[in-house]
Amino acid sequence: MWLHPSNPQLDKKGRLHHLLTLEGLPADILWQILDTAKSFVGTRVKKVPLLRGKSVFNVFFEPSTRTRTTFEIAAKRLSADVINLNISASSQSKGESLLDTVDNLSAMHADMFIVRHNESGAPHFIARHVAADIHVINAGDGRHSHPTQGLLDMYTIRHYKKDFASLRVAIVGDVLHSRVARSQIHALTTLGCPEIRVIGPKTLLPADVEQLGVHVYHDMRQGLKDVDVVTMLRLQNERMNGALLPSAQEFYKFYGLTDDKLAVAKPGAIVLHPGPMNRGVEIDSSVADGKQSVILPQVTFGIAIRMAVMSIMAGNK
Amino acid sequence: MPGNPLPDAEQLLTALIEQMRPAVGPETGLIGIHTGGAWVAERVHQALKLPTPLATLDVSFYRDDYEARGLHRDLKNSDIPFEIEGRDLILVDDVLYTGRTIRAALNEIFDYGRPATVRLATLVDRDGRQLPIAAQFAGATVALEPGQNIALKRDAAGRLSFELREGKR
Repeated sequence: MWLHPSNPQLDKKGRLHHLLTLEGLPADILWQILDTAKSFVGTRVKKVPLLRGKSVFNVFFEPSTRTRTTFEIAAKRLSADVINLNISASSQSKGESLLDTVDNLSAMHADMFIVRHNESGAPHFIARHVAADIHVINAGDGRHSHPTQGLLDMYTIRHYKKDFASLRVAIVGDVLHSRVARSQIHALTTLGCPEIRVIGPKTLLPADVEQLGVHVYHDMRQGLKDVDVVTMLRLQNERMNGALLPSAQEFYKFYGLTDDKLAVAKPGAIVLHPGPMNRGVEIDSSVADGKQSVILPQVTFGIAIRMAVMSIMAGNK
Repeated sequence: MPGNPLPDAEQLLTALIEQMRPAVGPETGLIGIHTGGAWVAERVHQALKLPTPLATLDVSFYRDDYEARGLHRDLKNSDIPFEIEGRDLILVDDVLYTGRTIRAALNEIFDYGRPATVRLATLVDRDGRQLPIAAQFAGATVALEPGQNIALKRDAAGRLSFELREGKR
């Protein structure tokens, strides 16, 4: 086995080979990705030849516009050839048919798979199966992980707040269904953020969320008091089965980010949202479009983060 | 140069500056290649009092050994604060060896625009070229054993010196 015995994302030398989750990813690799992304943000040249001749396959078993597009742009700015495949998972039985798909794509000389899947663990499963010279990036799997989103959020926070060591960060809303929240919590912890708060109704917080080292709040004004960073999460109606919420209106009343709720945070606090936004459900338009919102810069930084991850991986032979 | 002392980087810098002095004008663009070449370019730029601001280049995204060696950990930003199009440029590096860094630098520069001319200045011109690249200005030409490398250092006061490094790059 060419992979690291204790961490299947790393090769035997401890370098990034696949990106599956931010959980357990060493701090120096996180910093390397953030630093490399910075040099892509700073460049005036849009396209560099690092991945020339490489084929990057966007394999999406679940719909996505922003993530797929930014991966595509990132790969193209590295001069890779990009193939987009939108595969509906509904008709597929799991297991062998997924591997057959991957085998077929491997036979087309893929160098990198960007995988999004509605089942947690699918990218991990693929990574264990592919040949040693193929890299796999998780572009979101079920409720589990969305590592490049977590990384671009870290990039955005670092860009505006410089340092993690004295930050208070609040993650608000549907934490239960959010792979973004999990990725953020792992990354913030590794990068040394001392206080992470999760805010939401009991029905939308995982039962044992405190075990991740976060502080839990059910009252939004208490939770937002004096925070430096507010991350709003999308209410994931498509993942909800059963009555977790009375209504979207009720959710907005208690947990929607409005100007008056944001006012209890620190004056220079920034507001993040991974998108797509439900205006009037988890966030008010005046906040989403306001001075403290960094939601559009997040998208731009997302391209640089994905360029950084791909170029670090492809160079680790 | 077995047994020989290392060249004095400050002396070579003085020689290089004097070579370049008659060959530059107010419009000449100086581009230092990170990291050693940027140090040399900074000193040359000061000494020749060039009015065009100094540019620096990090060629990591253009290197041909990326596949074998991966991406550098310590990336610097390329910063070219002037228009490349139609300008006379001088690339500045510390040691010219295989020529591959200069190939990468030329590729990067041409992504910014089409310069009128590009010349090359280096503190040390050593043997071992693998590409048809030559320096127009050189502090000194030295012969080294295969496997020997010299690297430029800069101390806290800004003084430049060379150190010998054994073993393959």
